[in-house]
Amino acid sequence: MTLALTDVRLTYPDGDRRLVALDAVNLRVTGGELVAVTGPSGSGKSSLLAVAGALTRPESGTVRIADTDVTALDQKGRDRLRRERIGFVFQQANLLASLTALDQLLLVAHLSGASRRSAEARARGLLDRVGLGGKADKRPHQLSGGERQRVGIVRALMGNPALLLVDEPTSALDHERGEAVVTLLRDITHEQPLATVMVTHDLQYLHLADRTVAMRDGRVCPPAEFSPRSPAAVRGH
Amino acid sequence: MFIAVRDLRFARGRFALLGTVIALMTLMVILLTGLTAGLGAASVSAVAELPVDAISFQRPTDGQQVSFATSSLPAEAVATVAAQPGVTAAWPLGASTTRLQADGRAATVALLGGDPALYPALREGQAPAGAEVALTADLAETQSVSVGDTVSVGGQQVTVTAIVATTSFNHLPVVYTPIDTWQRLARTEGITAVAATRDDGVNAAADPAGLTTLSRDEAFTAVGGYASEQGSLNLMRGLLLAVSALVVGAFFTVWTMQRGTDLAVVRALGGSRGYLLRDALAQAGIVLLVGAAVGAGAAAGLGAVAARVVPFVLDTTTVAVPLAAMLAVGALGAAFSVRRVSTVDPLTALGAAR
Repeated sequence: MTLALTDVRLTYPDGDRRLVALDAVNLRVTGGELVAVTGPSGSGKSSLLAVAGALTRPESGTVRIADTDVTALDQKGRDRLRRERIGFVFQQANLLASLTALDQLLLVAHLSGASRRSAEARARGLLDRVGLGGKADKRPHQLSGGERQRVGIVRALMGNPALLLVDEPTSALDHERGEAVVTLLRDITHEQPLATVMVTHDLQYLHLADRTVAMRDGRVCPPAEFSPRSPAAVRGH
Repeated sequence: MFIAVRDLRFARGRFALLGTVIALMTLMVILLTGLTAGLGAASVSAVAELPVDAISFQRPTDGQQVSFATSSLPAEAVATVAAQPGVTAAWPLGASTTRLQADGRAATVALLGGDPALYPALREGQAPAGAEVALTADLAETQSVSVGDTVSVGGQQVTVTAIVATTSFNHLPVVYTPIDTWQRLARTEGITAVAATRDDGVNAAADPAGLTTLSRDEAFTAVGGYASEQGSLNLMRGLLLAVSALVVGAFFTVWTMQRGTDLAVVRALGGSRGYLLRDALAQAGIVLLVGAAVGAGAAAGLGAVAARVVPFVLDTTTVAVPLAAMLAVGALGAAFSVRRVSTVDPLTALGAAR
C-alpha cells in the first residue's frame, strides 16, 4: 500500500471554535492506481491532499506513505519525505516565474542534492515525454496553460516519487486540454507505477480515473452514496 | 543560490534599480566620509601632528568649553605643568590668527608659536629663531614664498627660514614661529596652552588649579567648530546608513511578499526553511556586494578628483570603513526582511488554501 490514511481527523481554528476539515477519513491507494477525489467546496478535498502530502499533521489518526508513518515525523523529516517520496501537481501548475521549464525540474533535483548532469538528462527526457522538449528554455509566461500544467506534472515526477498528489489540474484549462492532462496523469500513473490522488471539481474526467472517492463535510462518502450524478458530486461541479 | 541567481536574471530591472540605489548610497557615504576626514584634517592636523601626549589649557568658566581661542595662560604655567607627576617634558604653545603678506599676495593664517621640537617634519631650510618663521609647504607654494624670503606677518617683517610639512589649524594654513616671536606678533606676554609629553595617562582630577588638561586627540575639540562640524557630518553619515538599511529592508520585504506563492511551492516540493533562507540571503548579498562595489569604485574616482579642490581624504580607511558599514547595515536590513521566508506555510501552495 503506497498511501494509507486511517481514521484521520484534522481541524482548523475558525474564530473561537475549530472547524472540522477531515473527520474519520480512511483512504488507501496502491501503486498504479489513479484515485479521483471529488466533492463540493469545503468538503475537505484540499485538506486531504495537505495531510497526505505531509504539509500538515492531522489531529489524530495515522498517515503512512510507502511504509513511513508520516505522523511520527518532525518538520525536517516531512520535508525530506516530500522531496523523496511525494510529487505535487498544483492548481494552475504554480510554476516559479523566474525559472525556465527545464529549471522547474532541475530545482527538484537541486533540492535533493542530485548532480546537475544526470538531473539535466532526466529533466530533458521528461520534457520530451510530454512533448515540451523544444520549450525547455521557456519561462511560464511564455507557455500556454496546458503546457504549464504538463511542466507541473513532469516537475512532480522529477524526484521519482511513489505518491503523486494532484490539486485541481484542469481548473484553468478548456475541455480538450483538460482531458489531455488527465489522460497524461492516468498514463503516467500506470507506467511508473504511481499512487495518484487527484482532487477535482470536474466530473467530466472522472471516467479516466481508476476509482473515484467523494467527500462531503470532511468525510469520505460511502460508495453507495456516490455516483457522478449524485447530489454530492453535482454540488461540487 | 539556484533560485536566487535565476530571480536576479529574471527581475533584473528591479534588482538593477535596487543595486543603483545601493551604489548611490555607498557613493554618498564614502564621499561624506572622505569629506569628514578632509575637513577634520583641515581643522586639527596641526594639533594631530604635535609630538605630545597632552595639552593643558586655561580652565574655562562654568558652561564654557576648553578652547584654543579663549585659553590664555601665564608663561609660568609651563613650569607648573612640567612639575606634575608623569610629565617628562613641557613646552609653551601659542595659537592665534593673523595675516601674512608676501609680494603683494595676502592670506589669513594660523600662527602657532612654540619650540621647533613641536613643528612638523622639516622639508627645507632650518628651524626659525628670533624674528623668523617656518611656512607649511602648501602655504609657501600658494604664496610663492621660498626659504630666505621676507614676509609680513601681523604687520611685522620676518624671514622665512624653513618649509615644513603641510598642516592646518581651524581650516587655515599654518605659520610656525618660536614662542617669543609669537608673543611679540600676538602682542601678549602669556601663552595659549602648555604641550607636554607624559609617561602616564592624562588625569584630569590631578590638574593644577586654573588648568584643564586634555589628551592630544581630545584637544581637537578645543579647535573652534571642530566638534560641531564633525558631529553634523557624522550625523549625516549615520542617517544615510540608516536610510540604506531601510531601503534595502523595504525592497526585500516587498520582494518576499510578492514571491510568497513561489516560496510556498518550493516548501511543498521539499525545500527546507534553511534552504529558502540561505537562498534569499545569498540573493540579497549579491545585490548588496555588486551595488556597494560599484558605488565604492565611483566614490574612489570622484574622490580623487574632489581631493584636488576640496578638503578630502581618500585612503583605505575612508573607503573600506564606510563600505563595510554599508554592507553591514544593508545585510541587517535584508536579513530582517527575508527572515520571513522561513515562516512561509507550504499549505498555501494548494489552491483551496490560497
